[in-house]
Amino acid sequence: MKTLGVIFSNIHDKEINELTATRTLASVPYAGRYRLIDFVLSNMVNSGIYKVGIITKYNYQSLMEHIGSGKSWDLSRKNGGLTILPPYGRDSAAVYSSRFEAISNCAYYLREATETYVVMSDCDNVCNIDFSKVLSYHIEKHADITVVYRRKQLEEGDKKVRTKLELDSGGRVRKVITGNKHSGTVNVFTNMLVVNRKFLLSIIDNADELGYKSFSRDVLIRGVDDYNIYGYEYTGYFASIDTMANYYKHSLQLLDKSTRDQLFRSGGAIYTKVRDSAPCKIDDTGSVKNSLVADGCVIEGEVENSILFRGVKIAKGAHVKGSILFNNVLVDSGSYVNCVIADKFSHILESRTLSGHETRPYFLPKNTIV
Amino acid sequence: MKKKKCVAMLLAGGQGTRLYALTAGIAKPAVSFGSKYRIIDFTLSNCTNSGIDTVGVLTQYEPLILNEYIGSGEPWDLDRANGGVHTLSPYQAKAGGEWYKGTANAIYQNIHFLNKYDSENVLILSGDHIYKMDYSRMLSEHVLSDADCTIAVIDVPVSEAPRFGIMSFDKDKRITDFEEKPKNPKSNHASMGVYIFKKDVLIEELIRDEKDKTSQNDFGKNIIPYMLKSGKKLYAYCFTGYWKDVGTVTSLWEANMDLLGDHPAINLNEPDMKIYSRNEPLPPSYIGETGNVINSVFTAGCEINGTIINSVVSEDVAIGKGSVIRNSVIMRGTVIGENVTVDYGMLDENVTVEDDVVIGDQNSSKERIALIGRDSVIRKGSVIASGDIVENK
Repeated sequence: MKTLGVIFSNIHDKEINELTATRTLASVPYAGRYRLIDFVLSNMVNSGIYKVGIITKYNYQSLMEHIGSGKSWDLSRKNGGLTILPPYGRDSAAVYSSRFEAISNCAYYLREATETYVVMSDCDNVCNIDFSKVLSYHIEKHADITVVYRRKQLEEGDKKVRTKLELDSGGRVRKVITGNKHSGTVNVFTNMLVVNRKFLLSIIDNADELGYKSFSRDVLIRGVDDYNIYGYEYTGYFASIDTMANYYKHSLQLLDKSTRDQLFRSGGAIYTKVRDSAPCKIDDTGSVKNSLVADGCVIEGEVENSILFRGVKIAKGAHVKGSILFNNVLVDSGSYVNCVIADKFSHILESRTLSGHETRPYFLPKNTIV
Repeated sequence: MKKKKCVAMLLAGGQGTRLYALTAGIAKPAVSFGSKYRIIDFTLSNCTNSGIDTVGVLTQYEPLILNEYIGSGEPWDLDRANGGVHTLSPYQAKAGGEWYKGTANAIYQNIHFLNKYDSENVLILSGDHIYKMDYSRMLSEHVLSDADCTIAVIDVPVSEAPRFGIMSFDKDKRITDFEEKPKNPKSNHASMGVYIFKKDVLIEELIRDEKDKTSQNDFGKNIIPYMLKSGKKLYAYCFTGYWKDVGTVTSLWEANMDLLGDHPAINLNEPDMKIYSRNEPLPPSYIGETGNVINSVFTAGCEINGTIINSVVSEDVAIGKGSVIRNSVIMRGTVIGENVTVDYGMLDENVTVEDDVVIGDQNSSKERIALIGRDSVIRKGSVIASGDIVENK
């Protein structure tokens, strides 16, 4: 069945405002050579979705540069392919402020499409999911909407706002609760869903009449009785990148082989923009332990429990521990770097000591010289 | 359509018999090199980096992997609407057909391609050399001197001169003498196998040479000497960078090793002279707690839990705990178990080495490389002596 993909690139930008100061959440670097959007884009392509619209709002220059024509994801196509959907402002009207408005903004894109189904996803979900299975389930259940959820054990004191689902034995969603007071093992909505395109358009077209303003509040929470909403459980590896501490934690979890295999080798491949960097080089004086290292790195110093993106250079006598260094970061000799997230092109000069903590990694913004 | 200034013809049909197991089932230009490349990436990238967007790749021997690798030419930015990369294999026509008999005959059989693009000049390249060169400079000199043919020249050690086409030239760089593989070389100016011809002159010479039944239809042996004898204007273009013919196991190993050290002989990190390649979508490489990498290069998708010293490791390679890889080249997809030692070895693609295997020895040398052919499986505890060749049959 022909399916259209819609990705929200900005929706959670505020949650990690350090990393999204100069970019969308979609283009936040992740796992040594990727941007967050690579995961959802690859998942869509690997599920046979070859027409994808990316809804943007602001700061999307880096995203457009990363995506280009979409050919790295095999989305440079005559029919379909990739479309960036920039905010559509009318006169003095402000650009959208909610997910519902964001979708309404690109109603023209949905209307011109011929696909029967739409897969919608945020881009802060790091996982390897086969949407075609969700789609089969959606068709089998004759659902209007199928939401993807995962079972999650919520820890004591976890005060994050989450959307919890209660399902009946047939898999139909009977109750949707959004809040920060959940506890125990709950079904958490992943912000990935399948919806019938015509159904979605009818909601958008009648939103004023129905008084709909919010997708989760009005369509999901209030609509559970009126609409056929089903839940599909995703059981694979899943990381939601919603805070800096989570970004750090989930990134370093990739140093574990089974986590890495689940994300990168359990389903389809994860594609990203090819940069043609030279192979990584470790010199006589270099030492690397328990770390992920991308192409183009030159390592003369010591690195452990870290993730190095493309083109990072670690000078002789520098020591990098538990850190995530983005593209082209330079660490000069004699420096000690611990629990640091350094954005692109930052430069840590000779004999500096920088240290953060796992719960609050020290962040160096893009182009910082310390 | 605007006439192109220069079209490239890349000779990629060589069997590469002196690479033994490495070219079983694969053309020499498609052999892995330098961690993330195949040999042909260098010439294709040079074309793109020199502004040449039309390349005919002449394939003949085992072309399948090579053709698939080149594909639409997208990795080298050679998927062009007007021009781009084309693989040209020998074909059957109404008047019959035959294999490419020699380098010149290969171009002769594709004169229609040259006529189609009708460029002013034709650049002839070999697909089995490792070097970074801006052909546009050579082309400027060629145009400026109004040469019929310009030959790229590199100075080689006198002892190696007998392996090459050796020439002499005057102070204007006009070539006065050319000898293919001379026993007593008169100079150390060696031909790099890179020629720029005026297109019309090239076609004329190819047709003439084809009629000569005694000719071996080879540029170095026939075309160039004849042109020189008949008074055509041949000029040398002096190239001074890194250039290596990787036609033998030893030279291929050496070229790989040239990527190592503090100041590698060939620099792959120049932003405006990148070498492009087709890459698998793989995560970054992981180096484990027990992993130890010293003076080596590697690329994406590796899982390194052993020790690698002075070696070149390709994508998607796994190296188990307790294993030591020294002075070796490990090509893509190869899996090495635990407690394995490899010294002076070259392991081709998708080789499986089980635990406790010993390949080569530390006292071996580049002349005695242990060679393991693609898809081979080396059983637990086996010993492969230095200089041995294992082929998967």
